[in-house]
Amino acid sequence: MSATLERNYLTEQWTLRSWLLTTDHKRIALLYFASITVFFFLGGAAAALIRLHLILPQGALLSHEMYNRVFTMHGVVMVWFFLVPAVPVTLGNFIVPLMLGARDLAFPRLNLFSWYLFMAGGIVGVAALFWGGVDTGWTFYTPLATDYARGHVVMVVVGIFISGFSSIATGLNFIITIHMLRAPGLRWFRLPIFIWTIYATSIILVLATPVLAITLALLAFERIFHVGVFDPALGGDPLLFQHLFWFYSHPAVYIMILPGMGIVSEIIPAFARREIFGYKFIIWSTVAIAVIGFFVWGHHMFVAGTSLYSSIVFSLLSYAVAVPSAIKVFNWIGTLHKGSIHFDAPMLYALGFVGLFTIGGLTGLFVAALAADVHLTQTYFVVAHFHYIMVGGMVSAFFGGVHYWWPKITGRMYPEMWGRMAALLIFFGFNLTFFPQFLLGMQGMPRRYASYPPEFQVLNVLSSAGATILAAAYLLPLGYFTWSLFRGARAPANPWGATGLEWTMPSPPPTENFATTPVVTERPYAYPPPGAEPTHAP
Amino acid sequence: MWPLPRPASSNAPELDALIYGLLVMTVAVLLLVFGLMLLYVVRYRAGSTLDRGSVAEKSWRFEITWTAGTLVVFFGLFLWGADLYVRLFQPPGEALKIYVVGKQWMWKVEHRGGQKEIDVLHMPVNTPVELLMTSEDVIHDFSVPAFRIKHDVLPGRLETLWFRADETGRFHLFCTQFCGTDHAAMIGEVDVLSGPDYENWLATAPSSGDLVAEGQKLFMRYGCSGCHQAGLAGGGGTVRAPSLNGVFGSTVPLSDGTTVQADDRYIRDSILDPSSQVVASYAPVMPSFKGVMAEEDLLRITAYIESLAGGP
Repeated sequence: MSATLERNYLTEQWTLRSWLLTTDHKRIALLYFASITVFFFLGGAAAALIRLHLILPQGALLSHEMYNRVFTMHGVVMVWFFLVPAVPVTLGNFIVPLMLGARDLAFPRLNLFSWYLFMAGGIVGVAALFWGGVDTGWTFYTPLATDYARGHVVMVVVGIFISGFSSIATGLNFIITIHMLRAPGLRWFRLPIFIWTIYATSIILVLATPVLAITLALLAFERIFHVGVFDPALGGDPLLFQHLFWFYSHPAVYIMILPGMGIVSEIIPAFARREIFGYKFIIWSTVAIAVIGFFVWGHHMFVAGTSLYSSIVFSLLSYAVAVPSAIKVFNWIGTLHKGSIHFDAPMLYALGFVGLFTIGGLTGLFVAALAADVHLTQTYFVVAHFHYIMVGGMVSAFFGGVHYWWPKITGRMYPEMWGRMAALLIFFGFNLTFFPQFLLGMQGMPRRYASYPPEFQVLNVLSSAGATILAAAYLLPLGYFTWSLFRGARAPANPWGATGLEWTMPSPPPTENFATTPVVTERPYAYPPPGAEPTHAP
Repeated sequence: MWPLPRPASSNAPELDALIYGLLVMTVAVLLLVFGLMLLYVVRYRAGSTLDRGSVAEKSWRFEITWTAGTLVVFFGLFLWGADLYVRLFQPPGEALKIYVVGKQWMWKVEHRGGQKEIDVLHMPVNTPVELLMTSEDVIHDFSVPAFRIKHDVLPGRLETLWFRADETGRFHLFCTQFCGTDHAAMIGEVDVLSGPDYENWLATAPSSGDLVAEGQKLFMRYGCSGCHQAGLAGGGGTVRAPSLNGVFGSTVPLSDGTTVQADDRYIRDSILDPSSQVVASYAPVMPSFKGVMAEEDLLRITAYIESLAGGP
């Protein structure tokens, strides 16, 4: 199909105004893409500094104070300005209306407003981090953050607070869109799983983010006015902060990972050319994760001085929340069975996700077991576990999704060989970076240490070597994606031969998405779709 | 090389068994997951002409099987971890008490005989030790990987942690809760000595005087003896305030109808925040000593009250 001079959402208008005041969900998605890419590389640069510094036991290049500020910046930027929003605001924004057969989200102007809120929060937060930063860790534990830490704690907190409202608005927008704007015939159990995961994520965003807002507001009040909510010297309770903080921040890890699971559930059937295995089970496990995920926050506090009984209950619930994740893994593998598997870059990322997420999940069972947690918590074991889920899992899924929908979004194919190479390099670099950290944690090396006893050096150097590869591998897509924008082959409507309404329209889509509202008469993942074979040969 | 450091405490072997058990389960599941993935992507790669036949119907049978399987295994692991936790981390009846105060960025340790040390903790081998820990500023965490112990040390609260070292030697003591600039420098050592060596160390280490004796003096100086009977002397009877003879370790009835076990934390809380737990049949007239009594005096008076456990 030659789409050269066809009218689409990209060619519609090219003024700055037409971008900054757009209410088109596709353009807003691109605004978000640009923003979170900047945040990702900012957080990544901080990570590179951390790994570089830890090559030597006494620390290679930063003072203790500087190191603390750098890892705080890494955490704050990556969690709030990349991981939490990443998938919903970019791929979700772009794809959800297309998958639903809608012309836009339910509230296009609210969508644009969310981006402005996000940018305001991001700029305030990052400005504070550059201005001198904070050395509290992204967790802001009290009374350290309220009474002892120097730096711009309040300003960073304000940045996160503002971007939280962006999260809430985005979540609301998705919930209402998915309820109201489904095409005729697109019943709940005909929805792609990506939609279900965005829906579940949105529910968590709307319910949990206000708790974060309250917590951060109290933190700021305490720091400014010494009101005595968290500081025991003023009659407060430092554990109260941890309860409130994790009541948001544990569900937040599901905000981060669920959309990733949704992407993988799209990619695997598309490249196995086979209907997804256990469609409804994946959906119900998504809902189960979203619900149970609200009741496991106490597992962050097993050694913090909470009661024995609460520890036992939270341990049990933490095992319970792992079950639906296991169900998903089995179903993805079931989907591979008797498929016709193609190894394009998105599939490599998706398979990498399944493997790394499984490792991340299983090591979570170590720290959910009460007695084992005593030895492993607050060490590098936790760092490794968390990064296997968040980087190995979520970031892999995000990259997979970007490759998968890149032809739809830009109308161009990315260079497939480069894509595959980057995927393999990321997988390798990631494991080399984080696997040694499991061993460090088992040996007892505490996290957040700017210097460490020399017996931990070998594993630290290995980890830093891996980080170098990982950093290079993350830069590759930046290069070849940019190249493909100008020189990539024109993308056909459905390059992968995939199902889903988004593949029935031209690439890139026209501004109004669908000229006539589509009618859905089929179950999802009906592989092979009519007119089946991929129109793109790598 | 084993992934876990050499165990050196009584609770380490069982805890290690749990971690290795989890490791075996993890490896087994990973072999299954990666094995199946590898098998399928090779067998069912696009180029392979293998007959795909019909895709399995009745997927719910598989679903029920692996859901139930996972539930059973996970529940077993939960029970293992929880049972061990409950057993290992309940303090034994008799233990040597050592006081630990965390402060940005050092560990202050004090023994019953008044011996003080910083960033080092001397203790005897094969003896249960109970640490009574609090912080002067932010939250710290007392962690010794070789003993597989770790517990947060909070300001304004007394936390306890017990263990028994089975080997003599020096072991890393880490602060594992991020506590500010020099968090990474808040490293100390636990020096486990043989019985005679420990006695020897106690005798030669500089001391500020026996805690109980010091506590008795402070008990007078702070005016506690004005109301509370303690030992044979002191106190205006039991009219305004309960006698402290035999209180420690007993079950105390409170004015709200509940009871409380009188341990170090209770004594401490009653001094700092007397109105929160008022003994039954007494009026809440005692003033708070919060901000008045230094941490070091507090532990001395508590030690003195503990010494009255057996009555006068």
